[in-house]
Amino acid sequence: MPKRIISIIQGIGHRAIEGTWQVGLASRFFILVLLKSTTSLRRFGLVMRELYFVGVLSLIIILVSGLFVGMVLGLQGYETLQKFGSETAVGTLVALSLVRELGPVVAALLFASRAGSAITAEIGLMKATEQLAAMGMMAVDPVARVVAPRFWAGVISMPFLAAMFSVMGVFGGYLVTVVFIGVDEGSFWSQMQSNVDFRQDIMNGFIKSCFFGVAVTTIAVFEGYDAKPTAEGVSIATTRTVVTSALVILGLDFILTAFMFRGIS
Amino acid sequence: MNSEALIEISDLNFSYGARPILKGINMTMHRGKVIAIMGGSGSGKTTLLRLISGSVTPSAGYVKFDHQMVHQLNRNALFKLRRKMGMLFQFGALFTDLSVFDNVAFQMREHTNLPETMIRDLVLMKLQAVGLRGAHQMMPTELSGGMARRVALARSIALDPALIMYDEPFTGLDPISLSIIGSLIRRLTDALGMTSIIVTHDVQESLKIVDYVYFIADGVIAAEGTPQEVSQSVAPFVHQFVHGEEEGPVPFHYPADAYGMDLNLESRLA
Ligand SMILES: Nc1ncnc2c1ncn2[C@@H]1O[C@H](COP(=O)(O)OP(=O)(O)O)[C@@H](O)[C@H]1O
Ligand SMILES: [Mg+2]
Repeated sequence: MPKRIISIIQGIGHRAIEGTWQVGLASRFFILVLLKSTTSLRRFGLVMRELYFVGVLSLIIILVSGLFVGMVLGLQGYETLQKFGSETAVGTLVALSLVRELGPVVAALLFASRAGSAITAEIGLMKATEQLAAMGMMAVDPVARVVAPRFWAGVISMPFLAAMFSVMGVFGGYLVTVVFIGVDEGSFWSQMQSNVDFRQDIMNGFIKSCFFGVAVTTIAVFEGYDAKPTAEGVSIATTRTVVTSALVILGLDFILTAFMFRGIS
Repeated sequence: MNSEALIEISDLNFSYGARPILKGINMTMHRGKVIAIMGGSGSGKTTLLRLISGSVTPSAGYVKFDHQMVHQLNRNALFKLRRKMGMLFQFGALFTDLSVFDNVAFQMREHTNLPETMIRDLVLMKLQAVGLRGAHQMMPTELSGGMARRVALARSIALDPALIMYDEPFTGLDPISLSIIGSLIRRLTDALGMTSIIVTHDVQESLKIVDYVYFIADGVIAAEGTPQEVSQSVAPFVHQFVHGEEEGPVPFHYPADAYGMDLNLESRLA
């Protein structure tokens, strides 16, 4: 028995060491991408091109999901609030939930599974088919030319996508509670306006989505660049992007929330 | 013919970790020549190309390209040197997100300030040289294997390099595409005054077009010579390789314990 226990402990230790290595390598890659971003800034067309792909890939799913999440929030919120006779507060509930939490988090999760996985697969395939090696042989740095534009496109689009998600969500909540159920429109909007603070709520949500954008895109480009150059390696890397991103988003969200909203009623 | 040496390789050693791959290679490659490097799979041919391009560093010895020690160059100098080199990867390695035209234009746009009209003329000229001017709007995924390799060839001669390295350019091609690529390599080398290094298993096709052949086995040069010399050679290794025979100095069996031992015959009989 002790032998088995020792081997289990060894397995855990091994995984922990490997995980730590990955974090270290990803951080180093992150710095490398930052250092090699001058090309992207000088030739912003490269980033624009990727922005188009990342945006088109993610926009539809973000808008549709935002709408439904807002509609569900409206329904659930109304059900609960009307028991206390305060159903006009449903606008506040929907807006705060979205702007503070669900907008940044759910948009980032969707972004990771749609755009993040696509970025990983694309870079991984370019590696597997020797396109990155060929680029290096042409004296063009693949990190500067291929990785950095995708990184910046992801970082830039994440906050906008999160904002779109929240806007659609508020619209969904409005649709369900005001249009379908018949909550008073005036108090729906006025309560929302007086209770959502620009700095505390909207800015904090925006900052969250910036963090998530950097985290997800870093993971996506790192996994792609680090993938084993085979079909199997690319598919493993794609899965890892989605899983790791989800864990990192939720973990980061807890930490950020603890810092941002402590002591706010 | 201009016979100044473009590449000098002297006592080149290389190992992956503790495992030696190349053990004391000496080669001299002259301008305007097509040189073949042959040897079994895993004999270190690709590694040799990577040493020439400075992607890996030798453990001893050196590669001199155009009078410069490749492994002593810093990153900028190496990238500058690589502009004089082209490399054709096994399956072409075309950029799948760019059209045929943009693939060929890639290096011109990255490394020169040529106006777009001139780039257009140059790209169409390069594509004309490989017979694919009509395909310039196609995407790489729409090309056949042979066409993709011809586009890759046009891309690698985009900036008129002094050297092109071909890593197994004939693999997976039908016989017609194969001899088209073969004669293109010869014609472009002569027309542009480049040097070409072909890594290949295809003995018959390459003996038709090359000027000189090196055979690598066990990390050393097992034989070398002109095509006439090697096809008439009676050296056992060369004979086996050129004529594709199973029996010879290159064994069919990977080294193993005695067969009887592995099957436990001794212990069962005992
Ligand atoms: N990155 C690497 N790390 C460790 N060993 C390698 C690496 N690349 C190639 N090798 C080994 O080096 C040997 C020579 O490889 P290579 O030059 O690709 O052979 P060839 O091109 O002649 O088939 C092979 O046995 C291969 O397994
Ligand atoms: Mg090889």
